[in-house]
Amino acid sequence: MAEQYLLEMKNIHKRFPGVYALKGVNLQLKAGEVHALLGENGAGKSTLIKILGGIYTKDEGEIFIEGTKTEIRSVKDARKAGISIIHQELVLVPYLTVMENIFLGREITRSGRLTDAKKMEERTAEILAELGLELNPTDLIADLNIAQQQMVEIAKAISFGARIVVMDEPTSSLSDREVESLFVSIRNLTKKGIGIVYISHRMSELEQIVDRVTVMRDGEYIGTRDTSTTTNDELIAMMVGRSLNNYYIRTFNECSRTVLEVKNLTNQKVHDVSFELKEGEILGFAGLVGAGRSEMVRAVFGIDKIDSGNVLLNGTDVAGKSTAEILKAGIGLVPEDRKAEGIFQDMEIRFNLTLKVLRRFIKGIKVDSHKEREIVDEYIQKLSVKAPDSETAISSLSGGNQQKVIIASWLAADPKVLILDEPTRGVDVGSKSEIYEIMNELVKMGVSIIMVSSELPEILNMSDRIMVMNGGRITKVLNHDEATQEIIMQYAVNM
Amino acid sequence: MEKTLLKGKLLDGVKKYFKRNAGILIGLLIICIVISIKSPQFLTQKNIMNVLRQISSNMFLACAMTMILIAGGIDLSVGSTIAIIGVIAGTIIGKGVPIWAVILICLLIGAAIGAVNGTIISRTTLPPFIVTFSMMSILRGATYVYTGGTTVRIDNRSWINLGTGYAFGILPLPVIYLAVVFILVWLILNKTVLGRHIYAVGGNEKAARFSGVNVVNVRMFVYIFSGIMGALAGMVLCARSYSGNPLAGDGAEMDAIAACVLGGASMAGGYGYVGGTLIGALIIGLLNNGLNLMKIDSYWQIILKGVVILAAVYVDYLKNLKKGKAE
Repeated sequence: MAEQYLLEMKNIHKRFPGVYALKGVNLQLKAGEVHALLGENGAGKSTLIKILGGIYTKDEGEIFIEGTKTEIRSVKDARKAGISIIHQELVLVPYLTVMENIFLGREITRSGRLTDAKKMEERTAEILAELGLELNPTDLIADLNIAQQQMVEIAKAISFGARIVVMDEPTSSLSDREVESLFVSIRNLTKKGIGIVYISHRMSELEQIVDRVTVMRDGEYIGTRDTSTTTNDELIAMMVGRSLNNYYIRTFNECSRTVLEVKNLTNQKVHDVSFELKEGEILGFAGLVGAGRSEMVRAVFGIDKIDSGNVLLNGTDVAGKSTAEILKAGIGLVPEDRKAEGIFQDMEIRFNLTLKVLRRFIKGIKVDSHKEREIVDEYIQKLSVKAPDSETAISSLSGGNQQKVIIASWLAADPKVLILDEPTRGVDVGSKSEIYEIMNELVKMGVSIIMVSSELPEILNMSDRIMVMNGGRITKVLNHDEATQEIIMQYAVNM
Repeated sequence: MEKTLLKGKLLDGVKKYFKRNAGILIGLLIICIVISIKSPQFLTQKNIMNVLRQISSNMFLACAMTMILIAGGIDLSVGSTIAIIGVIAGTIIGKGVPIWAVILICLLIGAAIGAVNGTIISRTTLPPFIVTFSMMSILRGATYVYTGGTTVRIDNRSWINLGTGYAFGILPLPVIYLAVVFILVWLILNKTVLGRHIYAVGGNEKAARFSGVNVVNVRMFVYIFSGIMGALAGMVLCARSYSGNPLAGDGAEMDAIAACVLGGASMAGGYGYVGGTLIGALIIGLLNNGLNLMKIDSYWQIILKGVVILAAVYVDYLKNLKKGKAE
């Protein structure tokens, strides 16, 4: 072996009852590199990570750490081997301080009983300084933003002596500025020789932070590439097994008739917002996190209060009406936070898909289950939702398929205006493309779409017109042919 | 053709019911066997009817509580509602108010209590536990203030008959009410838009709002229904005991919650079945009845009840744990 790897996973196999999840996957991590693990949802990334973290045990294959063959049979083994996994959902205690979280369960004590706050604070400050984090050991977790909380997680991992850090979609809920500061701390880690396995669906991040990429598909190892010598298109082709020439699907059409007119919409977070939405148009809302885009669409949809202004749907003012009435009038909203606002996790697909159209098959106490079945089957097929059957709990689907079920539930309600808030967040490349296709189909049929998105390529390629928001106001309106990333960012940042 | 289809559907339903409630059904069976061996009176028609009559009040509360738990709430005030309704009914019957008017007044008071709970809970973010706990204390206190702590005697025959009488010579009247309430709640939860909205509110309140579910109305409904059921239980109890007792219904809310939990309802909301609640109420009723028949000291009965509930919930937990691992 010419080069010694920090971590080497060789020919890993894993079978679950009925599923052959990993079919000989390899992963080679060098010290001091950021190594991305790419693949669509269901490709086996999380299974591989769980084997590394000691949550699952492999059926076949070998794991070497710094050239030494290591067996990882439990979470404890993994920690001993210097492996730390930072999950998408953070597991910090909100009403404890940074240092209390870092030393949770292994507090430094004085005379065996009382915690030694001073020592813990010193040690925490050291770790934070090492990582270049501008945090105070006595800050309360609840007062930190998500990016800062992630950094606390990283600090915690480092305090355990981790040399291999796995980050599962660390940027999925961060603003651009927060992503930037996360990248700074990642670079601080790699400088110290720590190897990072990085899972993300955002292709744009690869060239910024990632050194090498390993691509997986359907549980198989496809290949490893240097990011400096590989294009994103090449990687996408590896991931999906075909090249996605038409990744963004959009046929632009002439829009004339106004369907929705928002006039001087104002509340606590939104200031004097006015715009028109045309029939068959996709209107993109760009801006940084906290620009008031989600708040604006929530106000339009009757979730948040409106202080003043009008929302005219085909000339009728629906401002201040209840969500139920607005829904009936023909507006739908697919919310930003799928788990918290979009789905009923423990319920089956059928329940999730039909909740908005119950009256189509329930009359009084007469449930027409035949009709219900028809509706469910129709939309599962239309959006090609991949699921064993409609009685499956929605939580067992991949993010992309969950999103398709939510969109399906709205299509069933037959809206004139559909608001999509971050429609492809946490969705794999294949489903993303399918969602774009659905959007394109919808506007062709005359549905009008408002799309809030933090992914500029998505905004640029899908929108007829683009509204840039900043500080709760619209700062610029752009046509799709005049918009560029630079112009949008300029208006998203400056007033 | 149509008939066999219906039969098949019914059979499916019964199968599903047994499968879902297998654990507590076995528990129920064991309790029945043990008691019937120890006490020959147990399996007499008279005793069985007696048990059904005894569980009816708990069942009224538990049916409503099932809906509240599914919707992600809790109602601790129903026990005190029983007391205040009993006292009010006793007083106004004594003043010669006609029976139908007494019933109407009691149900309206129950609904009003539920409406106050529901309004506070649905219009603010105050926790249902605290709101209904306060209501429990207020109502109990009001009952003592009103009566000075003494019992109001009831000797109106036709009122007493509402709690102690029989239909067709064998079926106690409260069992008829129980059947009506049970079927009503089952229909609401399984066959109506409202029912699905109740599950939606408890399953994920935010997602329910985004889906156009009127969360306020759903909450109002379940709490008002619970208040009405509290009033029904209060009327039946005061009729059965010939009196409006300010101590009546003490701890009744806990028995109702226990029945729901035994029946598989989740305290975290979004999950529960009124069919399971029925078995839960039967288990609690049989425990009380059987332990009495077996002449076990009533103080010990309280301990045993706790042990049985804990055991049942633990078995359920093990079942879920296994299911979670298998996936």
